[in-house]
Amino acid sequence: MPSTPVLMPQMGESIAEGTIVVWLKQPGDRVEKDEPLFEISTDKVDAEIPAPASGFLLETLFGPGETVEVNKVVATIGEQGGASATSPASAPSAGQPAPAAAGASAAQAAPQAPVVAPTLAAVAETSPHHADPRKIRSSPLVRKLAREHEVDLMHVPGTGDAGRVTKHDILSFVESGARTAPQPAAPSNHAAATAPAARPAAAAPRPSSDKYRYTPGANDKVEPFTPMRTAISDHMVISRETSVHVTTVFEVDMTRVAKLRARHKPAYAERGVNLTFMPFIMNAVCGALREFPILNSSIQDNQVYYKQQVNLGMAVALDWGLLVPVIKNADELSLLGLSRSVSDLAERARSKKLSPDEVAGGTFTVTNPGVFGSLFGTPIINQPQVAILGVGTITKRAVVTDDDAIAVRSMMYLALSFDHRAIDGATADRFMSRIKNTLQEFPEGLL
Amino acid sequence: MPFKQAEALQAELVSQRQRDEIPDQLLLLEHAPVVTLGRGAKEHFVSSSAEQLHQAGVELHRTGRGGEVTFHGPGQLVAYPIVLLREPERDLHVYLRRLEQVVIDVASRYGLAAERDPGRTGVWLGEKKLASIGIRASRWVTSHGVALNRAHDLTGFRHIVPCGLDGVQMTSLALELDREPSRPEVEGVFCDAWKRVFERDLFEPSS
Repeated sequence: MPSTPVLMPQMGESIAEGTIVVWLKQPGDRVEKDEPLFEISTDKVDAEIPAPASGFLLETLFGPGETVEVNKVVATIGEQGGASATSPASAPSAGQPAPAAAGASAAQAAPQAPVVAPTLAAVAETSPHHADPRKIRSSPLVRKLAREHEVDLMHVPGTGDAGRVTKHDILSFVESGARTAPQPAAPSNHAAATAPAARPAAAAPRPSSDKYRYTPGANDKVEPFTPMRTAISDHMVISRETSVHVTTVFEVDMTRVAKLRARHKPAYAERGVNLTFMPFIMNAVCGALREFPILNSSIQDNQVYYKQQVNLGMAVALDWGLLVPVIKNADELSLLGLSRSVSDLAERARSKKLSPDEVAGGTFTVTNPGVFGSLFGTPIINQPQVAILGVGTITKRAVVTDDDAIAVRSMMYLALSFDHRAIDGATADRFMSRIKNTLQEFPEGLL
Repeated sequence: MPFKQAEALQAELVSQRQRDEIPDQLLLLEHAPVVTLGRGAKEHFVSSSAEQLHQAGVELHRTGRGGEVTFHGPGQLVAYPIVLLREPERDLHVYLRRLEQVVIDVASRYGLAAERDPGRTGVWLGEKKLASIGIRASRWVTSHGVALNRAHDLTGFRHIVPCGLDGVQMTSLALELDREPSRPEVEGVFCDAWKRVFERDLFEPSS
């Protein structure tokens, strides 16, 4: 894990410095991302600053009472015994131009992954990636202007301190007629959520949506988006604009699984686990992902990245939104282990007890609208993944069997949305056939 | 409400607000006599000894808000907004200016031309201070806030050097108006102004 510099945050356009009041953690302490790390004070304002990353607090560079300029490194978080971000040895990360100056001041001028803005704990804001520093080295006013003019700050040459984009920079950029260039790569899950300003613009100019603006009625109840709603909204828009969504639907006979489930439910209950249909489906999905690794990949810059691990995201509906906790190495778990993980993660998602890394790193997602009675849906891909499986409700239906009899069977639709940029329809359908066959002939030995 | 109790209530509401379990809140209250110090404040701004404070029935607390030292007591409207600031509201200086604006609007409803003094956060009537401000932000959720002097009795301020500014005189709505506006009246006017300035609605607590 690279070390992360902790910066003096900018808490306002006219706030140039802050005084450290107290460190809430000491060097050597373990810190979790978003956990309060230190308190600062500026004129009439005290603010509690959360840790930008998880790890160990390696060093603090300023003590209580010391006044530090905004965006200066005040501490480093990293692995215990790891290199400090401020040591001359730590080179800037790939892709960033090396600063001309050398030594500690250079590292301060171009920190690798600075995170300034205190973040709110929300669905997708908890991944370990960080937004581009250029976006961060800008004030709220500048970011607001960028949004209003649909300008990506990445493309605006900054003339302020350390390449900071100033209000003047952005206004002259807009005057020059420049606009956000199309983004070559799929934005990551995280970038999507934390940097709504970076919504990729299509190559053609976006048609104005102004004529569809809603005129509020006098009796409307207005409710601003919560941070979670904002994260979900941004993610959905970006996913639609990133992936070419195609959905294929299969019908699966779950009668055998239903019988196995009924037979083994008591034994599972004795071990404190409620056996649902979900672990059967996840088991079948894991096997199919192993056979068709393209479904367990990400696309970036016209390249496919096949992932070693199968980390299954499972969408959990909440009264206040949606979370996608991740079962790491799901293909290595038994049906019992999957059952435990599913109920544990769902339970802790609902009681808000998930840690940030438990909602990060998914490689494929399963969503279950069937619990609400849906036959099937056309789910939106959870970026930067390439496919998502929607599980429909299981109902008994009259079915014509292979020997032309009519029988009562437990039937279920599975809907797979896949990114047609990377995956062809034939591949997607073979993947689905594999899941269907596993479920219809589910080996009892796995229970 | 005793200061300690209000502080605990704020801490609880802040963490609930951070978890998005409750909407924005505006707490309006009056404190029992208390002198509070900001975390960085120097003790010498308290001009009375601990003994004198005790005899006068005034508590002394250090607290996690910005600013130096102030006095709270009956007759003073204390407003603590527990508000989640979102972009483009995420500027704590702008937030301070909006709090000042609320008090300026309240004063204006009473025909008083209160104003800011750049570099000295608070709301002023000439050289006299009508309201003091000190805030805290935790992950962009605000707490603490503004204390607006409503009634005549400002004797509590003799215990301190307000805000660490020597020679500052305090004033109140009552002193300026030659009548004492009631607590519910000022609270109502304050809520109206707050709603306008912060573009948020307020609902009466259901309990």
